[in-house]
Order: sequence, then C-alpha cells, then structure tokens
Amino acid sequence: MNFVANKSDLKVVGTRPIRPDGMDKVTGKAQFGADLTMAGQLVGKILRSPHAHAKIIKIDTSKALAMAGVKAVITSADIPDIPSEEAFVGEGPTNFRDMSLNCMARGKVLYEGHALAAVAATSSAIADAALAAIDVTYEVLPHVIDVEAAMAPDAPVLHEGMITTGVDPKPTKASNIVKKVAFSLGDWQAGMKEADVIVEEKYDTAAVHQAYIEPHAVVASVNPDGQTVIFASSQGQFMIRQYTAKILGMDIANIRVTPAEIGGGFGGKTLVYLEPIATALSAKCGRPVKMVMTRDEVFRASGPTSGGTIEVKIGAKKDGTITGAYALVKLQAGAFPGSPVAPACMCAFAMYDLKNVTAEGYDVVSNRPKVAAYRAPGAPISTFAVESAMDELASKLGMDPIALREKNAAKAGTKAAYGPVFPDIGYEQVLAAAKAHPHWTAPLGKNQGRGIATGFWFNIGGESSASVFINEDGTVSVVSGSPDIGGSRASMAMMAAEVLGVPYEKVRAIVGDTAQIGITGMTGGSRVTFATGMATVQAAESVVEQLKKRAAMIWDISPDAVDWKDGEAVPAGANAGGFDPLPLAAIALKAAKTGGPIGAEISINAQGAGAGFGAHICDVEVDPDTGFVKILRYTAVQDVGRAIHPSYVEGQIQGGATQGIGWALNEEYVYDKNGRMDNAGFLDYRIPVASDLPMIDAVLVEVPNKRHPFGVRGVGEVPIVPPMAAIGNAVKSATGIRMHSLPMSPPKVRAALDSGKG
Amino acid sequence: MSKIHVTTTVNGEPTEYLCEAQDSLLDVLRDTLKLTGSKEGCGSGDCGACSITLDGRLVCSCLVLGVEAEGKSIGTIEGVAKGDTLHPIQQKFLEHAALQCGFCTPGLIVAAKALLDSNPNPTETEARFWLAGNLCRCTGYDKIIRAVMDAAAEMRGAAA
Repeated sequence: MNFVANKSDLKVVGTRPIRPDGMDKVTGKAQFGADLTMAGQLVGKILRSPHAHAKIIKIDTSKALAMAGVKAVITSADIPDIPSEEAFVGEGPTNFRDMSLNCMARGKVLYEGHALAAVAATSSAIADAALAAIDVTYEVLPHVIDVEAAMAPDAPVLHEGMITTGVDPKPTKASNIVKKVAFSLGDWQAGMKEADVIVEEKYDTAAVHQAYIEPHAVVASVNPDGQTVIFASSQGQFMIRQYTAKILGMDIANIRVTPAEIGGGFGGKTLVYLEPIATALSAKCGRPVKMVMTRDEVFRASGPTSGGTIEVKIGAKKDGTITGAYALVKLQAGAFPGSPVAPACMCAFAMYDLKNVTAEGYDVVSNRPKVAAYRAPGAPISTFAVESAMDELASKLGMDPIALREKNAAKAGTKAAYGPVFPDIGYEQVLAAAKAHPHWTAPLGKNQGRGIATGFWFNIGGESSASVFINEDGTVSVVSGSPDIGGSRASMAMMAAEVLGVPYEKVRAIVGDTAQIGITGMTGGSRVTFATGMATVQAAESVVEQLKKRAAMIWDISPDAVDWKDGEAVPAGANAGGFDPLPLAAIALKAAKTGGPIGAEISINAQGAGAGFGAHICDVEVDPDTGFVKILRYTAVQDVGRAIHPSYVEGQIQGGATQGIGWALNEEYVYDKNGRMDNAGFLDYRIPVASDLPMIDAVLVEVPNKRHPFGVRGVGEVPIVPPMAAIGNAVKSATGIRMHSLPMSPPKVRAALDSGKG
Repeated sequence: MSKIHVTTTVNGEPTEYLCEAQDSLLDVLRDTLKLTGSKEGCGSGDCGACSITLDGRLVCSCLVLGVEAEGKSIGTIEGVAKGDTLHPIQQKFLEHAALQCGFCTPGLIVAAKALLDSNPNPTETEARFWLAGNLCRCTGYDKIIRAVMDAAAEMRGAAA
C-alpha cells in the first residue's frame, strides 16, 4: 500500500475508539501472568545468593528433597552447560551462556539475588521451608559495585578470561571492562580548536529499575514426551520459546507459549528468568509449576538499567555553531556483559548536525544484577549529560536554549555520527512547536525555574506477523504476534478497519500464541505499531484483493474491473457493468461458494522505521529548606509520525516522561558495604505517585514517516530521553546550581544549595 | 494445624472459606475464591494493586489476614460493575484511555470508587493525594485523574 499523504482520506486512523481488551481490564477479568491456575500445579521458588560475589563450594539439597510435599529440587547440575553463543536479543547483544548462568548460577554467584537452586512443592509454605533446608557452602569473594571502581586495575575480577575488546593494543590481563565502542564523524579535537567557547562537564546517573507493577510470573507444564506449554507475562512469547529451548536444549516445536496479559515491561520483560526454571522443575516432577517473583526478587534479580558516568565536552563559535563534540560513557552492565553503551553513544548527539563528533564508551561488569533493556536503552543516560552541557553552553553564549538547538538542529540530509543520513525527520518542527507553546513564555515565581531538553531514539522495524480473517457474517478477526502493552490491539484493529473500509467495531484483534501466528519479534524498540502494523496492513490488503476477486466471480467480470471502496466492491467504471455495490458482509456470506474462507497471514521483516525526536519543557520549584524539587508544569512535544490512536500515543508520552521524572528526582539502587541492595521495595525505591505530578501536556507533532502506509513512527521510547536534563536545567534556572548527579533527591539538592556546587 | 473457617460477605454475596492463620486476604481472594482481579504488585502495602474495601474502608488486601474478614463485608473489583452495567469510573477509564497495561487498573478503580463514595466533589489535588497509594508505571496518572474527575462530574450530574 502506498503512503496515504492526505490525512483527511483516513476515516479510522486518528480517532480514539475504546480498546478491545479494555472491558476485561476495568472489570478484573483480564488474565495476567499470575492469574492462571493449571490442574495439579505446584509452587516453584528460587534460592538466591545472599552474597554479592562468592564461590559455590557445595550445594546440599538432600534435606529439602526428603521433605513431604517437595516434588523437585534443581541446581545448575540439572541445566545443560551450554557453550558461549553471541546473539542480538531484545534491544542489545547478549550471550546465551550468560543468560543460562543468570537464570541459574554455576560455580559462582555474581550478585546478591543470583539464583542458585529452585524447588517445586505442593504449597508456598513448604516451598519456603524447602529453600531454607538447602545447605550451601560459599567462599565469599571481594566484590565491586560501582563502574569506575570496577574499571580500576586492582578491582576484583568477575569473569576469569574476560579480555577487553575494541582497544588497541589488546590487553593481556583479564578485567571487568568488556569492550570499548566508538562512533565518530570528522575530528572532534580539531573542532575544539575552532571553538570560541568550550564547556566540559562530568555527570553520573544511578541504576534504575523498570519497575513494572506486575512481577514476573509463569506457569509451565511439561509432558513426558517433551511437549510443553508455558503461560507467561512477557514482551515476547516467541522470545520465551526460543530462549527456553536454547537454555534447556529442547526442540522449539515442543514448546507452545501463550502470552498472558502483561502488566508493564518497559524493556524489563525481554529476557527469561523464571521460564526455563519452571520448565525444568516441571520436567523433573511431571506436574505444572507456577512461579511468581516477589517485589524483592524483581528488584534484586531482574532489570535494572545501567548507572554510569558521562564526560562531555562541547565547543562552539560565538554564534552558537557547534564546532566539536565529545562524550565518554562508562556504563554498568551488571554481572554479565551487555550494557546499552552503544546506543547511549549513538544517541548522545543525534539531535545535532555536527561535523566533528566522537562518542565512545565502555561496557563494564560489576556485582549487580545483569541489566535489562529499559525504554530507549542508554539514551537517557548520555542525553542527560549532553543536554545539561548544551544548557551550560547556551548560558555561556548568552543564547536562548531553543535558539542554540535550532542553530545546530539535525534535519533531512544530516549525517549522524553513528552512520546513517536522516531522511524526513521532525526535530526542527518539534523545536518550533516547543517555542510556540504558551508554556515556554509563561511567568515564573520565586524559587521556580524552567528547563528544556531534547532527545532522540532510532525506533526499529523487524520481524512481525499478522493475520486477517473475514468471518461468516462479514466481521473481521485480526491476530498478531505482538504482546499488547499499551493498546496495540486497538491500533491493529484500526489499521485493518481502515484498509478494509469497515467500522472499527466490526474488527476484533487478539494476540496469538506461538502456534497460532508466525514468528514475531518482541514488543520493544518502539516497533509494534510500525512493523506489526505494516504486517496487519499488508494482510488486510491481501484480503481486499481476495474480496475483489470474489465479487468479480459473483458478477462474472474480470477482477481488474472491480474496485474496493468504503467496505464494498464496486464496478471500476462504466465499462465494468452496472452492478450494485457488494458489501463485505454479502461477499462473506457467499465465500463457501466462491472458493472458501477469506483470509491472509503476512510475515515480514519491516524496514524503514522513522527516527523520533522530542523536546520537553519543565517548570520546577525548589524548596530552599529541604532541597525538594516539585514539578509544577510539564510539556512534552514529540514528532510521532502519525498517531493511529492519539490517546494511546499521548499515554506513551505522558508515561515515558513520568518515568524520566522518577529517574531524575527519586529513583536509584542503594547498596550497603557488603554489596547488598538496601532499598528493594516500593517504599524505599520511590517511583512517582499521583500526588507528585501535574498533568503532563503531550503535544503531538506529525511529520509522517512515508515508509509506513499511514505515516507511523515509533513513539514509546523518545519520551524517557529528555526529562532528566529538562529537570536539571530547570533546577539550574531556579537555583543557579548545576546538578551533575542523578537522582536530584532532596539531600543532594540541599547539599548543593549549601555548598554552591551540584 | 487445621484450617480456620471464615464466614464473610464478598461483593454482597454470603461467602465461606477455610484459610490458614497466616494467609493474607489477598491470597484467599486470588487462590481460594479465584477472584484474581485484585493483583499482587508488592505484598507490602506499597503499590495498591490489591486494593479492596472492607466494611466500606479502602485497604490493601495484602496487609489484611484472611481470618480478619470474619463477619465483614468485602468489596473487590469484580463487584464494581452492576450486572452488565459498568460503574461510571470504569466507563470513564475506557473513554479516557486511562489504562495501558491494565495491571494497576482494578486497584485504582476500587480506590477511586472509595474516594467518590466519601467525597463526590474532589479537587484534582484531593484526587491525586487519595490515589497516591496506587502506583501506575505506564500512564503518568494524567488520564487516570481526568477519568476520575470526569466520572465524579457525571455522577454528581446523575445524582442532581
């Protein structure tokens, strides 16, 4: 289907119908990961390391196994010892051996909370007693938590034999530095020599958790012939199937995964933690096993995203033209390689059209849980530094911060430091909308300040499958392979309705299990509405072609002489014959006589995702006595391509901005001196609550992505990128003090007010 | 140790169950009575996903013991709609797109109903503080607050 240039030609796209799964969710009927019960199911639980770093000398499970009601106990001895195999999963590189070792430690535990044994029992209380009866002998090793400490030459090394890649000469000694990455355009140092003004700053950010409200949950049941069913909450049922098969050495065809409703993911449910363990326990005892993480386990053993340090240097002419830019990013990967350091570097300066720029960084392991993707992985971290530094630059130049960004804005034809030349992007339009918004010029009161910051995310396409079937009465069923986190079933139904020319209410969309629909990549990377939407559109188009053929058969004319218009077959001009229009329902009624059921399934690898840009304006009030930062007003402007369902696009922007506000002001992993997390609960790890916030004004700028029929760009990730710098810039405006460290919590802000340095 | 017999009322219906002394009311609702609309997000009273009413008072069911419901009246998300008619708060949640993943939604609707039952005309600030015990990670609360305020206005209109 060609790009629909004229928005007024669209009848369903751009409206705000009620989502098909909404009724189940407001009445409590929706089945999330922990809501399914299988007959005869057992309770599975995991024994986790109390140490940040230790050798496992011995695990004695005999007492646990002997307990009445205990049906299975497993350790790494029951999991295949698979070889190293690199793979690109979720939104970053990983290694299946590391994934297996993260699910169940072998020989060594690498962080507090690392799994090392699991039990299945007839009740929760018996499972707890069995865990307590497992006798583990540890040899505690020195640990290291923070990224720069882990890079020090005398740091305790997590993985013997880890030799840093990407550096020359190649080191001879093992370290915690996994690799170095670098992205360059021109010569940044030469660029600095042309600069009239240079800012040079260092920032740090804390590890933060995705903090989805639904803990990880699974029920798995393995039959003696190996056929396995898994019901789980995740961002990808095919991901669970593939990774579980890989870790346990099973045939993929023997595993059928049904996607439960997912209670939030934000990147944190793009990996397996419980699924292979529940499957291995079920295989051992022949009964279904249900496992649900506690919130404590979610914090200690899943997620989070990296904390890190970012050094940034930007030079500019007096007129604001940036002559050179440099960033050095060091990110925590957790206990296994794979921080989002590459996208952090790639996104750092992507908003700007620069001649001389380098962004480089290190991926560093330490004794923390292995990081998982979190909404625009890496970009918020590097962007906090770059957009704070841009604010300092504007201040030094005496320029308006929007004007400085306009002067250097990336536009169609700009070559990004990480490689591509941008096609039709909307960064300038976003800046223009921010400048025109009344928020930008509204008056401020005492102790109040305003900040603006911008951000970028690639957005991706990838593998997606969707099917569209015409039912006997002319209603339409849509099945896709993408778990629905924020309303994508509504978007799929809307796009199918648009192509077929039928009302939205006549189209019902569901998410298929792994046996019902073709392989589909995970819900992540802001790809679903674009890529799975494209598959849905193509399937609906295939159905339209079939409907035209059936009408041609009924009319006994050539299919070329039939047009499809507003849900009806019509003769294509006077020469085709004087037939009355045939509505979809009439053709469906005769389907059996004209060739059988009408439907199509399409599997694609979608290309041409459109990059996204956003600009956030934030007003804060800083309490000089307590250092508390209150968000007074928040406006988030974003190029969304074209919004299929504007309410859910606004929701993505409001939710992403709010997660960024939490990252900026409250959220952080706090460790004690033994390397144990001190705040593994929602009371002490404080995510934003309703009373912390004003309304979030989401402003949709529509610069369509012409490589999607309806102009879609991904929208979910961009909005978490600008908030930290927008808030830091607002705090600077309110207090005159630049905060260099996240979170900007009351004690830190108060200390900065006292010392005059943040 | 034998289980304890509890006689109570759930969503207006007389109900009996057996539970252990240490079982939370949330576990009883979800595992014994199969009312899985109440969710467990934390088990420590910090997230509000398990919000119910006990004799009309809003509580986290993870912090109540199953045995404490003896002789009391329990209200859960499953009882908020009357037959096939949604409560105005449920309808407004749908119309305002006030849910994304939907996991916190049952708790928020139960909590919002408790608010409007006691204060039919809340200010936005009052609504935000009342709902501060119900965490939502998806929406940023904007559309939730709008849905609650709109439902309150509609219910006042209907009552007038």
